[in-house]
Amino acid sequence: MTSLPAPPTVELLSRSGAVFHVGLSGAFTVGAPHTEKDVFALIDAKPERIVLDDQGITDWDSGLLVYLLRWRRRAAKEGVDVDVSNLPAGAVRLLQLAEAVPERGGGELPKTRPGLFTRVGLRAMNSQRGFISAMAFLGEIALALGRYAAGRGRYRRADMGLLLRSCGPQALGIVGLISFLVGAILAFVGAVQLKMFGAEIFVASLVGLGMVMEMGALMTGILLAGRTGAAFAAQLGTMQVNEEVDALQTLGIPPMDYLVLPRVLALAVMTPLLVIYANTVGILGGSFVGILILNLSPAVYFTQTFELMTPWLASQGLIKGSTFGILVALCGCYRGLRCGRSASAVGEATTGAVVSSIVAIVIADAVWTFIFMVYA
Amino acid sequence: MNAPATPNPSTLHEPVLSVRGLEMRYGDTLIQKDLTFDIQRGDVFVIMGGSGCGKSTLLKHLIGLNRPYAGQVRYGETDLWTADEAERNRLLRGIGVLYQQGALWSSLTLAENIMVPLQEYTEMNERECRELASLKLALVGLAGFEDYMPSDISGGMRKRAGLARAMALDPDILFFDEPSAGLDPISARLLDDLILELSAALGSTIVIVTHELASIFAIGSNSVFLDPVRKTMLATGHPVALRDQSPIPEIRRFLTRGEADGVPPDSRKDTSL
Repeated sequence: MTSLPAPPTVELLSRSGAVFHVGLSGAFTVGAPHTEKDVFALIDAKPERIVLDDQGITDWDSGLLVYLLRWRRRAAKEGVDVDVSNLPAGAVRLLQLAEAVPERGGGELPKTRPGLFTRVGLRAMNSQRGFISAMAFLGEIALALGRYAAGRGRYRRADMGLLLRSCGPQALGIVGLISFLVGAILAFVGAVQLKMFGAEIFVASLVGLGMVMEMGALMTGILLAGRTGAAFAAQLGTMQVNEEVDALQTLGIPPMDYLVLPRVLALAVMTPLLVIYANTVGILGGSFVGILILNLSPAVYFTQTFELMTPWLASQGLIKGSTFGILVALCGCYRGLRCGRSASAVGEATTGAVVSSIVAIVIADAVWTFIFMVYA
Repeated sequence: MNAPATPNPSTLHEPVLSVRGLEMRYGDTLIQKDLTFDIQRGDVFVIMGGSGCGKSTLLKHLIGLNRPYAGQVRYGETDLWTADEAERNRLLRGIGVLYQQGALWSSLTLAENIMVPLQEYTEMNERECRELASLKLALVGLAGFEDYMPSDISGGMRKRAGLARAMALDPDILFFDEPSAGLDPISARLLDDLILELSAALGSTIVIVTHELASIFAIGSNSVFLDPVRKTMLATGHPVALRDQSPIPEIRRFLTRGEADGVPPDSRKDTSL
């Protein structure tokens, strides 16, 4: 390191009547400590003219320009003329360029925060618009389903195969792991309470019913939301950004038929299967705890598991799970197709898909549970 | 209309595409209004204007992606938006579109990209479709690239593959959205030549959105000029005639890179940009 650059200095050289001569020296670079107060004090003295002189400016860059613009703006407000023509020629030229185009009216975005009522109103209008567009989406899906049912569905068989595989078999690992652990956790939590009554054997019923009525479907749904729903939103969002969706539309191929329908169908087919798998693995996870830690005999454990279970109870979870799968596909595809045309919009679409899927899943779960309770 | 008298022998014929009083909006924002022009069979029709004046938006209205706020887009005698969906799809089948970035379906190979419209609208079997796809790829100089994914090839090649897909169904009208954007001058020129050659061979009408002056004069036979300030069209006619005879200074300035009338080419002074 050589010696530090001289700090920027501003000094009043002379005042002849209403004309101030001001000398600038030192390094006027970005980040240099500027001496603004002196400047404004000079301007506030209201001379007619301030003439700036180069008294040994060692270095300058955009920092000098910003500085000079600040001078000129403040001076213009006070009706003071600032003469810069004695400064380095390059700086003068750049300053002229910067001031050549007057600030564009309306170009700056309004910075003020709208009032409370405006914001509430805007929110309300937005959510109304969102509701309408979601309903329109559902309507289009219904039409596409109609076309599909009439045998005029148009998607590529190969795409459907890939989708089925990615929605089903490829999710087995994660769904299995989570279900196993959830089953084991249910068994542990139940065991702690039931032990107090010497009723450990009911752990089997707790795990069995807990999995098939609720946890198997719920866990599968939430995993699919994070795994498959997010993927759908990202895939369709990227296609939207690349104008690939437009390209389909101009060929007269409705994106609903070609992109959305196979995804909804794939999840609708695969989710119930995944739920059955999750239930089975969850019961295994519970039995693991029951047999190894609570020392129940396997025969007793499994007999007890199926003691209270009826086909109706088991199908409750399946009904819930199928609903969740369809909701996840709908949320993912909806967010993807309504995606904006930028990289950040794809990110928003993906996040939005996961959040709205999970909200939809929990609401649907509550609704189904209520219906089952009323009718049972 | 401010159009200069352009000798156009084909005006006697029925236009293939006509726009009447078109008004385009995004939400409440007016993009362009009062657009009225005809595109004749065999024309190379250029949509031109400064950045952000709504050229691409107009293209989207012409190809049925956006619905007009007011006015009509007519293919022959049929209005695109009063026709029912089946009719609209039939009309759209007669057009091909090359998007700005090619817009190839990124999950499919080049051949599969071209086969999608073929399988959708023809009775050909898999093998015949693939043969035809190979032919289309060969026409744009991409023979042997059938099984490449769009992400494996360069931007210029993607555009050519997009052109091959746009021509898959031998369309009557081909639309191009800034075909030379992002290409070097030589590739741009080659693409222009390719477009002209193929359209001459196929007898297609061409509608092209561009602000490349070289392309405009090289291939344009008719044009419309959109103004971002007045938010309407200023003129329609042959680009050369517009450059030499138009009474409107904005058009002369645009078509001569600001050198007409001794106006210095300082776009920064033009607050509309």
